[in-house]
Amino acid sequence: MHLGHHHDGPAAVSADAHRPDGTRRALRIGLGGPVGTGKTATVAALCRALRQELSLAVVTNDIYTREDARFLLREAVLPPERITAVETGACPHTAIRDDISANLEAVEDLEDTVGPLDLVLVESGGDNLTATFSRGLVDAQVFVIDVAGGDDIPRKGGPGVTTADLLVVNKTDLAPHVGSDLERMAADARAQRGDLPVVFQSLRGEAGVRDVADWVRARLAAWTA
Amino acid sequence: MNRAALLVLADGRFPAGGYAHSGGAEAAVKAGRLTDTASLEEFCRGRLHTSGAVAASLAAAAALGLDPGALDRAADARTPSPALRAVARRLGRQLVRAARAAWPHQRLDALVRDFPKGAHQPVVLGVAAHAAGLGPEDAAYCSAHEGVSGPATAVVRLLGLDPFEATAVLARLAPDVDRVARDAVAAAHRAAREGIDTLPARSAPLLEIGAEAHAAWPVRLFAS
Repeated sequence: MHLGHHHDGPAAVSADAHRPDGTRRALRIGLGGPVGTGKTATVAALCRALRQELSLAVVTNDIYTREDARFLLREAVLPPERITAVETGACPHTAIRDDISANLEAVEDLEDTVGPLDLVLVESGGDNLTATFSRGLVDAQVFVIDVAGGDDIPRKGGPGVTTADLLVVNKTDLAPHVGSDLERMAADARAQRGDLPVVFQSLRGEAGVRDVADWVRARLAAWTA
Repeated sequence: MNRAALLVLADGRFPAGGYAHSGGAEAAVKAGRLTDTASLEEFCRGRLHTSGAVAASLAAAAALGLDPGALDRAADARTPSPALRAVARRLGRQLVRAARAAWPHQRLDALVRDFPKGAHQPVVLGVAAHAAGLGPEDAAYCSAHEGVSGPATAVVRLLGLDPFEATAVLARLAPDVDRVARDAVAAAHRAAREGIDTLPARSAPLLEIGAEAHAAWPVRLFAS
């Protein structure tokens, strides 16, 4: 983040909105949330929905493996050179918030090798309700929770639920089976988030990732405007 | 004396990527060589007096103003493991990013220009120390300290070791760190007079071998 001072040297340090050559860089969107809520599945669905219209790439931050990156490779949602795994020393929240250097490098390397890119999705490894992205790394962030983790999660709040630019409540198809009250989750989320948007989705449903993809398109339109 | 800047640079929270690396501790734990506080202390002492001493000398020499390109080649020659060379460059690249934000300086800009994929971390550390208004001794101390504090922190996560015990290990190693830093400064001055080839070239074969094995594991907590 630059407080108005000027760098003569090469390459951006952090969140510069422009590439060294002056063009606007790719929009960077972070996806975080607890373990097993469907972050990787959402990233995969977004890639399928957007890859025809956008040049995009993905950075994953796994906890102790490259499992998420492998899943995306196996699903062939993008060519392998567009997917990079960052290793986090068991601390994904450090890699996305406190020390973003490895992630910034991964993003820049993707721009160098397969760019120019329109969009980079940065996925956090599953963490807790306080794990949010640094504004030096991403321009907007999505927090993914699911109905099976308990319908009191929106009420509990925390920085992810409260401040994320988009809250996704995933696996709505499971709600009747786990006794989660979607109305209550929606009301609690409104109370915590005010006007910030919330999407309820089931990737198994007909609409799939449509609402999240539309939100990404709107962010991108605002970014490039 | 610019002690406050030294504390900023030496702080384990300085955002330069170190948190994701164990300094070979994860491989040593898996191999059964590092199991408790006592073996952590021996591991750290061994690392400090071998690759740690080399890194501290490189950092001191870079802070003294010796040519980073030549020092980077010297670091390559002293790092047999390709995996460790790659790690050193990656960490160097991460460090130069943080250092440029903290202490903008033309020597750091030059490093980015000359090494777009990163120079060896100790070399960058020395230049960063210079940019921060610090001297060779400070750079050597930073390097030697992080060379043992990294594995100690990692082992707390890997073995569930008592964090107080791990910190006590670092305190017991302090006299060794003092000695390694002092020797590193002397080595840097000698390199300035007699050439970079005179820098120490000690190595720890098990660290090199362990790093190669570790880089091939499919599941691991740390990047190295």
